[in-house]
Amino acid sequence: MKAIVNVYLKQGVLDPQGKAAHHALESLGFHGIEDVRIGKQIVIKLGSMSKEEAQNKVKEMSETLLANTVIEDYDIKIVQ
Amino acid sequence: MKVAVLRFPGTNCEFDTEYAFEKLGHDVAIVWHNDTLLPDGIDLVVVPGGFSYGDYLRSGSIARFAPVMKAVTDFAKNGGKVLGICNGFQILTEAGLLPGALKRNTNLHFISKYQYLKVANSDNAFLNKYKNSDILHIPIAHADGNYYIDDAGLEELKKNGQILLKYVDQNGNIDSINGSVEAIAGVCNKEKNVFGLMPHPERAIEIILGSDDGIKMLQGFAS
Repeated sequence: MKAIVNVYLKQGVLDPQGKAAHHALESLGFHGIEDVRIGKQIVIKLGSMSKEEAQNKVKEMSETLLANTVIEDYDIKIVQ
Repeated sequence: MKVAVLRFPGTNCEFDTEYAFEKLGHDVAIVWHNDTLLPDGIDLVVVPGGFSYGDYLRSGSIARFAPVMKAVTDFAKNGGKVLGICNGFQILTEAGLLPGALKRNTNLHFISKYQYLKVANSDNAFLNKYKNSDILHIPIAHADGNYYIDDAGLEELKKNGQILLKYVDQNGNIDSINGSVEAIAGVCNKEKNVFGLMPHPERAIEIILGSDDGIKMLQGFAS
């Protein structure tokens, strides 16, 4: 079982890296972009456990370490 | 005064900090991150600058779980004075000992230069040798110094006089060089015993190196 955690800056918190990538894309001629946000993806390989147990465990990991909830949001996807 | 200076893998300002406090006549112990206790009779804990754990994940996010941080948290909760400089500031915010968070600088640059600062509130153990609105000249060196706090948190900081220092230009006008909310360069907790700032006062203690404006910050704790 695998957990995929996406961590990104909260909406409303300026994302300087996203902004730089946005400008770079526009200067390369890619127009019509409204916003670019850059985050991190953390892939966690888990031993055998129920999907619910995995979800709870990874939520705790995210709140404790993987995301700083003062500035970041996260989402979790559990895949087999 | 007895000062404990923490050292994590990747810390690189522990000896500058030791030198600065010893120059002021204090006893300094460098404390390893794996220690679970602080030495007896410590008056001040300094979390110095550097790149603890390579800044992996987020600056300070791994160091804040090092064994010694449990002792530092207990020390702070009992009213002990703690100072975080640069990466130390990041560690203290990650640990929840200081409000807010430090993000990547808005211009994405690692900014390393002498910077003017304005004292926002000197009514505390850290800045009591200065007056409000004093202008200081102190080095900064960071990539993740962009202080963020939400609006409600900012109001709390203002109400309790927790904003310590702001980035300014040489005329004293607000200049948020790294994108920090309200150009904040340093804050303290509500109880005013935990302090954090991005600039490096320990690098500004001798005129021959460009400035000695940092001395009074370090002296503040002894008075």
